[in-house]
Amino acid sequence: MVAKKKTVPDVRGRFGPYGGRYVPETVIYALEELTEAYRFCRRDKEFRAELNNYLSNYVGRPTPLYFAERFTEHLGGPQIYFKREDLTHTGAHKINNTVGQILLAKRMGKKRIIAETGAGQHGLATATVAAHFGLPCVIYMGAEDIERQAPNVEKMQLLGAEVVSVKSGSRTLKDATSEAMRDWVTNIASTFYIIGSVVGPHPYPMIVRDFQSVIGKETKKQCRRLWGGLPDVMVACVGGGSNAIGVFVDFLKDTSVRLIGVEAAGHGLRSGKHAATLLRGKPGVLHGAFSYLIFDSDGQVILPHSISAGLDYPGVGPEHSLLHDTGRVEYAAATDKEALSTFKLVSRLEGIIPAMETSHALAYLVKHRRKFCKADRIVVCLSGRGDKDMPIIRKMSEQSG
Amino acid sequence: MSRIRQTLAGRGKHKLLVPFLTVGYPDFDTSIDLVRTAIDSGADIVELGMPFSDPMADGPQIQYSSQIALANGTDMKKVLQAVEQIRAGSGVPIVLMGYFNPVWARGVEAFAAASHRAGADGFIIPDLPVEEAADFLLCLKDLDLSAIFLVAPTSSPERVQLVDSACTDFVYAVTVAGVTGAARKFSSSTDAYLKGLSRSLSRPFVAGFGVSSPESAVRLCRHADGVVIGSALISAFRQAKNRREGLKSVRCLLSDIRKALP
Repeated sequence: MVAKKKTVPDVRGRFGPYGGRYVPETVIYALEELTEAYRFCRRDKEFRAELNNYLSNYVGRPTPLYFAERFTEHLGGPQIYFKREDLTHTGAHKINNTVGQILLAKRMGKKRIIAETGAGQHGLATATVAAHFGLPCVIYMGAEDIERQAPNVEKMQLLGAEVVSVKSGSRTLKDATSEAMRDWVTNIASTFYIIGSVVGPHPYPMIVRDFQSVIGKETKKQCRRLWGGLPDVMVACVGGGSNAIGVFVDFLKDTSVRLIGVEAAGHGLRSGKHAATLLRGKPGVLHGAFSYLIFDSDGQVILPHSISAGLDYPGVGPEHSLLHDTGRVEYAAATDKEALSTFKLVSRLEGIIPAMETSHALAYLVKHRRKFCKADRIVVCLSGRGDKDMPIIRKMSEQSG
Repeated sequence: MSRIRQTLAGRGKHKLLVPFLTVGYPDFDTSIDLVRTAIDSGADIVELGMPFSDPMADGPQIQYSSQIALANGTDMKKVLQAVEQIRAGSGVPIVLMGYFNPVWARGVEAFAAASHRAGADGFIIPDLPVEEAADFLLCLKDLDLSAIFLVAPTSSPERVQLVDSACTDFVYAVTVAGVTGAARKFSSSTDAYLKGLSRSLSRPFVAGFGVSSPESAVRLCRHADGVVIGSALISAFRQAKNRREGLKSVRCLLSDIRKALP
């Protein structure tokens, strides 16, 4: 028998002091229902077989671990490997989670799917699985994000989802999330809310992490096969933090592996216009969890800023807050400018257009390349592809041109 | 005896009218006038909304009022000033209602103490369910402030008991699964749910969410000990031509409900 792993979070959904369930009473029953369903399904052979089948044949897993030779050469330092989540169906890691959650929804007999989305990658991944299972689907998306991620909006609509433009507050992911929660409270019995990151009330941060952990598990096997060991460093971008947790979680106990999460520094960490929650925020409560958050002295949430819609969020997953406090994961940040130039650089060097979110992780390596040895093997989670970001590129070129 | 307990003890067959108004909507002074108008129109308890940037349990009306209030500089200090000013002219119990983060940011203990000094009588924090409220409850208990938690149609019988025992004086029953908002029709399942609560709760309870007219108030009060009315007041004020008309609309709506209730 396999020794029982010490499981984080605890029964109350706490990662150390973080997490929990800060939600209106109406929602509690749905969270308990979901916790119960997940407790059963995660051990259920049939569920796991079905999930694995979808991951292999629908999502396209395992994704390659690719040696980025020309990027490595360009940096003149460490050896860089890309974990190619951009090659999954719908083009980002988000689908690993939506496939899992919709199978839960199906088991629970839910008739309607809702989701929030920033960059549109989670919305697209949700609309995709909802189409596959023939369930009606509503995606909440900030009005500003609808503009800067237009290609994804059209795809979601093509897949049959209703995309609701959220015009309140910052008109980005934060408000899309609030609006999705309002829908959920109102349609609580019939509707399954597919949360797209390791955020929200318990059990979501745990469920999303578990579904995304496939990234790290594969990476570990692939590293063993390629060079018979572990990577020295792993880097991933952090908005809510689902691709980062997914790639890190299986390596948390391998203390020789440096884990680095890269947040969005926007116009700069001192500019006040950023989304660097762990580096510049403090613990608070938003969208159902106690976690690091960017808010003013009066407790009002400050509008974040990032060029990348997927990182433009004032909160972060509670498990990241714990990993930040314990120091197991180092957190850094990259600015809009750094991400944008790396976006172009990697496209030219590798023939891979990385998502603007992912470009933050890559930009960290460009900036800090001299801090690593030539022998260091670094795995970057290439969380998604960047063709969705063409409107941003166009806008930036117009502004500078 | 606390002001809330006095109100509850002395109510007899009288049903409680509990208006909700957002501090700072449409501006600080007018929001105080609105509360005074509500008290003059027969409010038994007043709920003061503490504005928050991300009110996820609220519908469009209260979202709007919070946005306006924040835009005109209403912070937690102003909320306490409002309590002081209202308290100076009235003995009606004042309950502060809002989201947890602003309270947390000011320090739970410090903010509870400051609220008590200003003359507040209790708290409703919709995103702080009983399980997460242990520390907050201790602070409130020390100051003899009332803790009011919510029950919802989705609450299990066990949770109803849990909420009942965690509430200090009375319980807030959410009438339907959803966000705050006016102009809803209540169904027979709402009646059955409230009837069930009147049997299972040991404490008095007020019903809120979607109360917009004397008829809806009377219907809920067949089983509930009172009603909360919020979004409909903000909506009435918004629809009025000017400030004076707005105050009048709010007064008329509350007086009509007051007259219709036992």
